[in-house]
Amino acid sequence: MMELKGRKICAGKASGEAIVSSEGVSFYGGVDPDTGVVVEKGHPLEGKSIAGKVLVFPQGKGSTVGSYTMYRLAKNRKAPAAIINKECETIVAVGAIISGIPCVDRIDISRLKDGVNVEVDAEKGMVRVD
Amino acid sequence: MQLTREEKEMLEGRHGNAVKKSMEILVALGEIYGAKRLIPVKTVQISGVSYDNLGDAGLEFLAEMAKDGKVRVPTTLNPAGMDLENWKVLGIPEDFAKKQKMVIDAFAKMGVTTTCTCTPYLVGNRPDVGSHIAWGESSAVTFANSVLGARTNKEGGPSTIAAALTGLTPEYGLHLDENRKPRVLVEVNSELDGIVDFGALGKVVGEATRGKIPLLKGIVHAAEDEMKALSASIVTYNGAPLFHVEGITPERVDEPDEKILVAKSDIEKAISEMNDGVDDVDFVFIGCPHCSIDELKKISELLGGKRAGKEFWIGVARPIKEESDRLGYTKIIEAAGAKFACDTCHVVAPLKGRFKAIATNSAKGVYYGRNKNGFKTYFGTLKECIGMAVK
Repeated sequence: MMELKGRKICAGKASGEAIVSSEGVSFYGGVDPDTGVVVEKGHPLEGKSIAGKVLVFPQGKGSTVGSYTMYRLAKNRKAPAAIINKECETIVAVGAIISGIPCVDRIDISRLKDGVNVEVDAEKGMVRVD
Repeated sequence: MQLTREEKEMLEGRHGNAVKKSMEILVALGEIYGAKRLIPVKTVQISGVSYDNLGDAGLEFLAEMAKDGKVRVPTTLNPAGMDLENWKVLGIPEDFAKKQKMVIDAFAKMGVTTTCTCTPYLVGNRPDVGSHIAWGESSAVTFANSVLGARTNKEGGPSTIAAALTGLTPEYGLHLDENRKPRVLVEVNSELDGIVDFGALGKVVGEATRGKIPLLKGIVHAAEDEMKALSASIVTYNGAPLFHVEGITPERVDEPDEKILVAKSDIEKAISEMNDGVDDVDFVFIGCPHCSIDELKKISELLGGKRAGKEFWIGVARPIKEESDRLGYTKIIEAAGAKFACDTCHVVAPLKGRFKAIATNSAKGVYYGRNKNGFKTYFGTLKECIGMAVK
């Protein structure tokens, strides 16, 4: 077991299978709000679903409308279970808060691999990997 | 971040759910960007108003916040996806109109002044030098920071709502003196006349400085409409939402060491890049950002007695249109076949694929005409655009 310590962005606990992107994620236009599937052309996660997973990526990008896309994903029960960023920015932080998605940042995301089970305790900024 | 006792109570939910959610947003942003405290804002301009951008998710969020949220400072709205009264004439679908009205109703319930415009500073939401504000629309943010000397970061939709419902914003970024200093000197060696030239300058400077705050030198005179065009363009083309112009903008700043030059040929090249070489258009849009009363006067003078055969929209804040009614410009403009698009613009209305080519005098309008709506673009002066409309 490995424990990583970061910073709380949005409180909450969740666990799930990690889905790791080496590139930034744009929720507005980049993720289908009805299915949770990444649709951005050429994105490392293109065609994969983020629904119910612990989504790991360096930083959000694109339009600020992306915060509302995250809210829509949550309403459709297609949101990630938790989000782990290298460095969080406005779009993802606000999206996580309005949608109630546990979110931490300042985590060395290179140590997280696709498919491993990850537990997030955002209040404490803790990430545990089985 | 240090919170006062009242702010802590707001965060704990003792002022209701909407205030609690708002405080969570503001505190999280403050923590991310290293703010030490929250500061009061004088006014707010909310972005994320068009249903075309919000979708049902955004609408649901607004309805949730409107349940017990009330604005604490004067607040106006960014343009909506349609003219709230005249939408049928502009060909907006009925189901879109219904949803858009629900968005506006939610804001009205929060106590927002539902004037929808990217030029709040033309209709009474005009903060003075040094005022802290929380605005969302990028051209308005840039105008407020640069021309008015007010202080705001480029906020997203939810963070503007959070600021409106609490009267607060985290103190970081452009609220602080040290972050407002210019980092690059831009020597403009070209005469500039009219908003096409100033829009082109914005593209050149935005692309060359990429987020570094510029100090522009060599601009002898700039009308407010020209500064409006420059503000919109510079931030659209990747510039910072703050620029200084020696002798014109209100903040006193020292010259930075790094220097770039802008020649007349750079301005000409930018104008040519914004033209797709079309010799005819099926859509003309003037008013990005929204027209001032002086621009409406010019339109009425150039268009009077002619006949626009093309779909021709004029984007404007409703109070300015009402002034135009009173001054007689509206009658002349509508008699020539142009349509007023109050509360909206071609950037946020659902126009994707509806037209093939747009003529506009706005450099920002070119960018969104191309990238959001998929139009070919003709970029020319007001006179040239009207020439295309009556062709």
